[in-house]
Amino acid sequence: MLYALLCYNSEEIVGSWSKKEDDEILARLAVVHERLQAQGKLGPTARLMPTTAATTVRKVSKGRRLEAGAEPPTVIDGPYAETKEQLLGFFIVDCTDLEEALSITRELSVANPGGAYEIRPVSLFLPGSGVG
Amino acid sequence: MTDAGWIDLALRSARPRAMGALLRYFRDLDAAEEAFQDACLAALKNWPENGPPRDPAAWLIFVGRNAAVDDARRRRKLEALPGDDRLPADGTDGDDPEATLADRLDGAHYRDDILRLLFICCHADLPATQQIALALRVVCGLSVKEIARAFVVGESAMEQRLTRAKSRVSAADVPFETPGGPERAPRLAAVAAVIYLMFNEGYSATGGEAHIRAPLCDEAIRLARLLLRLFSDEPEMMGLLALMLVQHARVSARLDADGQIILLEDQDRGLWNRAFIAEGLALLDKAIRHRRPGPYQVQAAIGAIHARAARAEETDWAEIDQLYATLERLTPSPVVTLNRAVAVSKVRGAAAALEMIEPLAPQLHGYFHFFGLRGALLQQLGRAAEARVALDRAIALAHTPVEAAHIRMHLDRLTK
Repeated sequence: MLYALLCYNSEEIVGSWSKKEDDEILARLAVVHERLQAQGKLGPTARLMPTTAATTVRKVSKGRRLEAGAEPPTVIDGPYAETKEQLLGFFIVDCTDLEEALSITRELSVANPGGAYEIRPVSLFLPGSGVG
Repeated sequence: MTDAGWIDLALRSARPRAMGALLRYFRDLDAAEEAFQDACLAALKNWPENGPPRDPAAWLIFVGRNAAVDDARRRRKLEALPGDDRLPADGTDGDDPEATLADRLDGAHYRDDILRLLFICCHADLPATQQIALALRVVCGLSVKEIARAFVVGESAMEQRLTRAKSRVSAADVPFETPGGPERAPRLAAVAAVIYLMFNEGYSATGGEAHIRAPLCDEAIRLARLLLRLFSDEPEMMGLLALMLVQHARVSARLDADGQIILLEDQDRGLWNRAFIAEGLALLDKAIRHRRPGPYQVQAAIGAIHARAARAEETDWAEIDQLYATLERLTPSPVVTLNRAVAVSKVRGAAAALEMIEPLAPQLHGYFHFFGLRGALLQQLGRAAEARVALDRAIALAHTPVEAAHIRMHLDRLTK
């Protein structure tokens, strides 16, 4: 079974870590990473940029669906703030800029309407190789 | 992390929101600060035992307000008013006072509380340095000692400066009402301007003092992040944060081992902070989508061009020239034209750039960078004697020994 481990903390507090504190934590994490990697248990790992860098695409509501481009999704600055919906999955895509990421989410939202996509730039990405 | 460590971080990040709300209750900076101090002392006692509250800012507002009200009652020997809806700070009454409190704490006010707090610090009656000092003290919670060091003045001088600033603010007509939509924009612009001044105060300082002034840049970036979280669809706030990030990314490459300035084109770009640059570029992307260009976005775009060039020779100076032309239209200023002239010198040569800056002389006769650039351009054109006069003038106007030393280096090249 593959498990996704999602990390939560106050970004304000994590953002106030000094470079030294941040480096220390990354170094401690790296020890765990290496062991998991050696055991063939580690897939991709990502650290996300702060929510201020996020853009949210609110998809067309369910039911009113399907024709491509019928009702364009709404683009909102900032993170996804609704608490009534739950995190159900994620994609990692390689784009030259936000416009390209937005056009990919539009394509995805035609295939799968309802809910939202939060687009968060990734600040650190380790592909991992242990699983698959 | 130790208890003291996480409590300190939690108090620091809760501070703007808690101070903003306390200022709304007390309508007085000193009273709000006192209440916040009391709440912090209570937190230091309470949190290590009971663990951190779910919403530290709400906890601090609640405890701070009660402490101040109790204090006032003691002084005036007043009984508690009937119908008082206060909740006990220790949570002995009610099922979950903290959660109730967090709900009641005017989520809607929160944005305006912080904006008001910053806006008051940025009061137009105060000189810029006092605005910055006051914001660092009141909003960021830096100690007087830290602020004094950042401004390279004595602690008592800074203490006096802050006291003066506070009394001027309280004497002035302070707008406590929640601003309507149209009034918000100018407030936000005034606050953004002071945040950028704070950043520049830290950024332009160089040499031996650099390490103690870097906090000004960090605090400015923190404040811009905070504002952008609150006003998430403001392209100029995105631009401001992007601008500071791409500039601050170069901090480790700006001085050599002897503390001498290294020009952008000579910097080791491997030392640039790629994470800051990537975040700045992401923010700029977001801002541009709004198609509402402003000075911060344009300046961030200029910074982004430098950041994208792997080597100085790959810099797209023609694009930078265009962006400066846009900036001249948005905010006409001789300093902007002066900066544009650097790009012009790369695209069309030193003579064209010199021609562009000559008319600025009357306005910029006291400006270090004007004579620095003029000297460099004259030097490129082989007019050594005139270059020397300009560079001598630049040295006389230099703010720091490092700036002066940098110009002397140019002078040395002339005499060789």
